[in-house]
Amino acid sequence: MTPRAVIARGLRVLGYAIREQPAIFAVAVLGSVLFGGMTVGSAYVVGAVIGQVVVPAFAENRVTVGALALGATAIFGVSVIRVVGIFGRRLGAGAMQYRLQASYRRRITRRYLELPLAWHRRHQTGTLLSNANSDVEAAFVPIAPLPFAVGTLVMLVGAVGAMYATDWVLALIGTAVFPAVFGLNVMYSRRMSPRATRAQRLRAELSAMAHESFDGALVIKTMGREAEETARFTARADQLRDALISMGRVRGLFDPIMDALPNLGTLLVLVLGGWRLSNGAISVQEVVSVAFLFTVLAFPVRAIGWVLGDLPRSVVGWERVQAVLAARGDTTYGERSLSGTGPVELTFDNVSFHYPANEAVDIADTDEDGERLGPPVLQNVSFTVPPGRTVALVGPTGSGKSTVAALAARLMDPQAGAVRLDGVDVRELSADALAATVALVPQIPFIFDDTIAGNVALDRTTPEGTPLAEDNQRVWDALRLAQADGFVAELPQGVATEVGERGTSLSGGQRQRLTLARALAGRPRLLILDDATSAVDPRVEAAILRGLRESDLSATVLVVAYRRATIALADEVVYLENGRVVAHGTHSELLARVPGYADLVTAYEQQEAERAYEQTLNEQRVGDMDEQDEVTA
Amino acid sequence: MSVTTAATPRTDSPRTESPASESTLQTLRRGLALSPELRWGLAGTLALALLATAGRVAVPVAVQLGIDHGIRAAGGPDMEVLTLIAAVTAGVLVVTVACTYLMNVRLYRVSETALAGLRARTFRHIHDLSMLHQQAERRGSLTSRVTSDIDQMSQFLQMGGMALIVNTGQLVIATAIMLIYSWQLTLVVYAAFAPLVWLVRHFQRRLGAAYSLVRRRVGTLLAAISESVVGAEVIRAYGVRERTRRRLDDAIERYRVAQFRALQISVFTFSAGELTAGLANAAVIVTGVLLGVDGDLTVGELTAFLFLVALFVQPVQIATEVLNEAQNAIAGWRRVLDIIDTAPDVADPGEAGRDLPPGPIGITFSHVHFAYPGGPEVLSDVDLTIPPRTRVAVVGQTGSGKSTFAKLLTRLMDPTRGEVRLAGIPLTDVRFSSLRRRVVMVPQDGFLFDDTVAANIRFANPDLSDDDLYLAFCELGLEDWLDSLPAGLRTQVGERGEALSVGERQLVALVRAYVANPDLLVLDEATSAVDPATEVRLARALDAVTRGRTTVAIAHRLSTAEAADEVIVMDKGRVVQRGPHAVLVAQQDSVYARLHASWLEQTRSS
Repeated sequence: MTPRAVIARGLRVLGYAIREQPAIFAVAVLGSVLFGGMTVGSAYVVGAVIGQVVVPAFAENRVTVGALALGATAIFGVSVIRVVGIFGRRLGAGAMQYRLQASYRRRITRRYLELPLAWHRRHQTGTLLSNANSDVEAAFVPIAPLPFAVGTLVMLVGAVGAMYATDWVLALIGTAVFPAVFGLNVMYSRRMSPRATRAQRLRAELSAMAHESFDGALVIKTMGREAEETARFTARADQLRDALISMGRVRGLFDPIMDALPNLGTLLVLVLGGWRLSNGAISVQEVVSVAFLFTVLAFPVRAIGWVLGDLPRSVVGWERVQAVLAARGDTTYGERSLSGTGPVELTFDNVSFHYPANEAVDIADTDEDGERLGPPVLQNVSFTVPPGRTVALVGPTGSGKSTVAALAARLMDPQAGAVRLDGVDVRELSADALAATVALVPQIPFIFDDTIAGNVALDRTTPEGTPLAEDNQRVWDALRLAQADGFVAELPQGVATEVGERGTSLSGGQRQRLTLARALAGRPRLLILDDATSAVDPRVEAAILRGLRESDLSATVLVVAYRRATIALADEVVYLENGRVVAHGTHSELLARVPGYADLVTAYEQQEAERAYEQTLNEQRVGDMDEQDEVTA
Repeated sequence: MSVTTAATPRTDSPRTESPASESTLQTLRRGLALSPELRWGLAGTLALALLATAGRVAVPVAVQLGIDHGIRAAGGPDMEVLTLIAAVTAGVLVVTVACTYLMNVRLYRVSETALAGLRARTFRHIHDLSMLHQQAERRGSLTSRVTSDIDQMSQFLQMGGMALIVNTGQLVIATAIMLIYSWQLTLVVYAAFAPLVWLVRHFQRRLGAAYSLVRRRVGTLLAAISESVVGAEVIRAYGVRERTRRRLDDAIERYRVAQFRALQISVFTFSAGELTAGLANAAVIVTGVLLGVDGDLTVGELTAFLFLVALFVQPVQIATEVLNEAQNAIAGWRRVLDIIDTAPDVADPGEAGRDLPPGPIGITFSHVHFAYPGGPEVLSDVDLTIPPRTRVAVVGQTGSGKSTFAKLLTRLMDPTRGEVRLAGIPLTDVRFSSLRRRVVMVPQDGFLFDDTVAANIRFANPDLSDDDLYLAFCELGLEDWLDSLPAGLRTQVGERGEALSVGERQLVALVRAYVANPDLLVLDEATSAVDPATEVRLARALDAVTRGRTTVAIAHRLSTAEAADEVIVMDKGRVVQRGPHAVLVAQQDSVYARLHASWLEQTRSS
């Protein structure tokens, strides 16, 4: 974007902002105009006091108490009104800025909650954080000085008007100086704009790099790559330094020039004022007033520069914010709910799924919206889990098991085919119906910064309508079933213990059991376990599985599993390879019929058998060698 | 002295915070000591600042001279004098502009250079801190140490720091000239401003509290947003949007209210300055007239004095504003300094240390104890020797201390008591350059950088060609998996590797450790999310390629233990059994026998 276009776009952003908070903006501008008016007024009051009170008093060597008191009161009174203006202007501007920020933060975070997971996958956490925080802030930075700038414009017009009323020659100076100051400000912001944008980009990159580096600190430490990481960081920090110094050069030049211009105005007023005075056109008082006017106006005029200077940053921030607000593809929910109680039937009907294309990957297809698609993850997947049955989803690493789990919980929608619960397409179900029916326990547990009870209950209500968190019985039942009651009981405050950001105070296995309890507490009609006990000890897992089988939890269960015991819990097995269902049947059928499946689930036995075989071979070989030794001996 | 207490890492909490009592001046002194670059050419910059300041009083003086000797000259306005005064002042202004420009450029260059250096040093220091330290802080707050905290300092140094110096100069010069014109009027001005000093100090304290509230609110807001983004899947799966939205709205609103509160206090302070200026002007007029009537003052002098009061007010106003910003900048600076002053408790012996001798590495734990700060002992009296070239499996229940064992072995942490030796050398004496090259650990969460598969593996060994990388995958029997990726080695893995499945991330992390070619390989549940067939294949391949080296595998899948030369069984922080699998499993009712029975039940029953 050219600097001119940036200014135009930035002014439009200001326009949107004003339209959203018109009342408070009006207050702020009124305050600013009051302030400006009193600033101009103060020059005239000082001039008047000098002319009407000081000069006569000095000339006559006599003080008129009344006049003097009036003069002093006028000067102080003007200050008081100015302060009222300052309150209106600054509090108004601040209120407007903060309200806009809060309003847009609400809008953005609402979008985060509505946008599909596919969209989330394409965006880094750091980017989303800065969209909601620093980009929103940047977008409304010029709001702070805006009322001041608008007030200053009004004041400038007023001041030049006042000058014309005083004397046209002196007014000409104002007519020349103030537009020059304005022009200089425009020039400044045009020079600054590309530099500021560059610095902002470098700053964001630096921040993202640092965040990732600290995230991976353990890997860096264990590989001893601290020096290389620091070199990478230093290179970026140096780029940012150069960009900031380059901004500093521009600012460093314009600042003093902008300070000097009104001062030159004052000097001109002095010379030309002397000339007009000698012509008898004006009085001493008027020269003093106009000279003072330039001095008091020097500072407010800078406000225009602040607004213009912040526009580029504002535009960049605004556009990033808009990109989030305009993102489409919300998960839309239907109206339907499922009738009845008890376990539901889960059907995958010819389901195919692609993730959106990764930009670095060339292979791409497009879906009906024209969005680029990556390689297929699932192709024509069909299977049914009858109500109340347990199906194990088995397949090698990267075969698409987690994707099936996510589709079953409607975290994503397939590009082709349908996922049905009791024959109803999940896309037709309401969000509430879906959440009440299905519970997914993901592979990596996610813990909220809340208490244990809060994490289990998640603000859900029991069927009786009471908050789940207050139903101690249900919370503990769920914890017990997830084998989490033991460690929770040992915590200092039991279920009321705060677990910290991401549950950092808990171990991996404890986190998994807590998320399992969360799923069970909702008494789901379809329970999906995505390798949800990988960090749990075998013995604890066995206890969990036994508990699930023996409990009165009547749910359909889809479980992603590797372990034989977990598979043994299942009535049937769906075996996936490369995103396709290769086989579907009971464990023993598949064991006999499908070599890939047999390899996978008997890997440990085979390993053991092979090891035993090798051992025998070795022993034989040693024996043979002993014999040979004997022979040679 | 509080400085020294801040520098000592405290044992009760790994967090780094200095006492809030540290004064601004102490922080500044500490900061200047750590960034000596800030003093580069300071004398020259200050000299320029002085010239630039002198220029500012030129105009009021010109006004006085112009009025008294030009406009009100005896016999009507004297154009020649006026022109001369204006021309000289204009010349002074030009010099002022030039000096200010030079001062600014020096200022920007010096401060940005110093801060870029500080950024890099802080970044490195954060990496040098122990794992415990790193984990105690939120990632986001560590990031802000090298970004926003330093940005604030830069703003403060450039806008505020210099403004403070220049304005103090302006204040002094204005006072001097005011004294020349009239000492009585100067007294009046100072009397008017005296209460302001007290008022500003009072407001500053409240403002400091208000700003620290704002900072806390930002922290809460960021945490709430990050939770809503990272936990998007769970929020959706459990239909708890409403709850999340409420929390977010609450955090957003609290932040807004805190911001507005701070602004209110700031406006109050500013307004007090404004009113004081009005008061001073009124008092000057009254006193000036009384003095003038007695013939002690001319009209020009009184007018100039009013200009001078404006010159006097401006620095005072700017100072109150700058002090507001200073609160933030100083707090940020203090946080950065606290990080830098935290001595890494797991420190590289550097030059004083030794390199590990070449060849396979043996391990000795002598009576090692470990407890997390303020926590109970998680490892008690571990005393064992692992000969070189052994393949060891460490097993035990969750919380038995096996991960702690791995962390002490790789010196991510130091024991609270006892000693760990590698190849006979105390671990604390081994140079990091040698330790990290020869000993590599693969942690459970295969953290990947947002880059290609190839770049992630090259992280361990930057000199490898694509062919070398492919060969490494082949050697570990993973070429089929690599070939199944959409772009092979060039596949982007996404943020934290999230474009790959959890098991796939572990595969890449394992290859990464393998190409580092260590003599001691420590695997901390490194294949927990990989399917059994791949795991077994990998284990065999690893066995073959790491033969002749020492490997320690922490595992809860006992297949690893069955294949190991020796199994170490841990329970409640102690080593309870040691020996080959066959021997241990035969010890009836032992911890290992029970673990193994449960493992068999898990993996074999049908």
